[in-house]
Amino acid sequence: MSVHLVLFLAFGVVCIAGAINLLAQTHPINSALSLIAVMAALAGEYLLLGAEFVAAVQVIVYAGAIMVLFVFVIMLLNAGVEDRTKGSRIAVLFGVPGMLGGSILIAWVMLHHSGTEAVAAGALPGDPRTLGQLLFHEFLLPFEITSVLILIAIMGAVVLASKPPSTPAAGLARKVD
Amino acid sequence: MVPLSYYLVLSGILFACGVAGFLIKRNIITIFMSIELMLNGVNLSFVAFAAHWHALAGQIFVFFVMVVAAAEAAVGLAIIIAVYRTRETLNVDQVNLLKL
Repeated sequence: MSVHLVLFLAFGVVCIAGAINLLAQTHPINSALSLIAVMAALAGEYLLLGAEFVAAVQVIVYAGAIMVLFVFVIMLLNAGVEDRTKGSRIAVLFGVPGMLGGSILIAWVMLHHSGTEAVAAGALPGDPRTLGQLLFHEFLLPFEITSVLILIAIMGAVVLASKPPSTPAAGLARKVD
Repeated sequence: MVPLSYYLVLSGILFACGVAGFLIKRNIITIFMSIELMLNGVNLSFVAFAAHWHALAGQIFVFFVMVVAAAEAAVGLAIIIAVYRTRETLNVDQVNLLKL
């Protein structure tokens, strides 16, 4: 076994263990922490594939920014242990075997029908310079559209999360009632 | 040297875990985290294919997926806050009316 394969298996085990722990935990904060572990291990996989920039962005944006947002909302709403109903027990009954079956099916298909050529460690130079040249030449239009998307998302988040408008007229109407 | 199929299997397992979490979880925040898990599984297959075909565009796609995921997380969590403000619950079984 090469070092590359050992590292791949180590990160992969952390990934799968974190993903299963996300399903097993009932408290959302535990699920969020295991998701952070999954994302950090995935950054390791990206490094093995030679995607340095993607690995760095994965840690900074995903494991950093997005998960901080999740943890912040969990603490803001004081989310507790989720309560199970009859319907959710039935969902577990069918969901867990479905997940196992789906995983095994995907694994079988991939192992038998995809290429078996090996991917070398760092096969592709994914350094920020080459990625940036590609991003700002060939993918310039999608990049600009993405900035508009981000702007809309910021405004949408502010509008949705802000308190309902309490105009003087509404307050007056409530007083009349 | 790791075969491409190993990466795809790992990505498929992560995606399946995300689907299962989406189906069996009842907390709306955890459901949202399952969606992020699915996106991560897809990202891994993008990077693996990029390395396999020597096409750097795959890594650019991962970049765009991350941007969309960030926007989605911001808007989705704002919606969760709005839902919690009107319903006082995070359980999706109790969020079954469009209007209060």
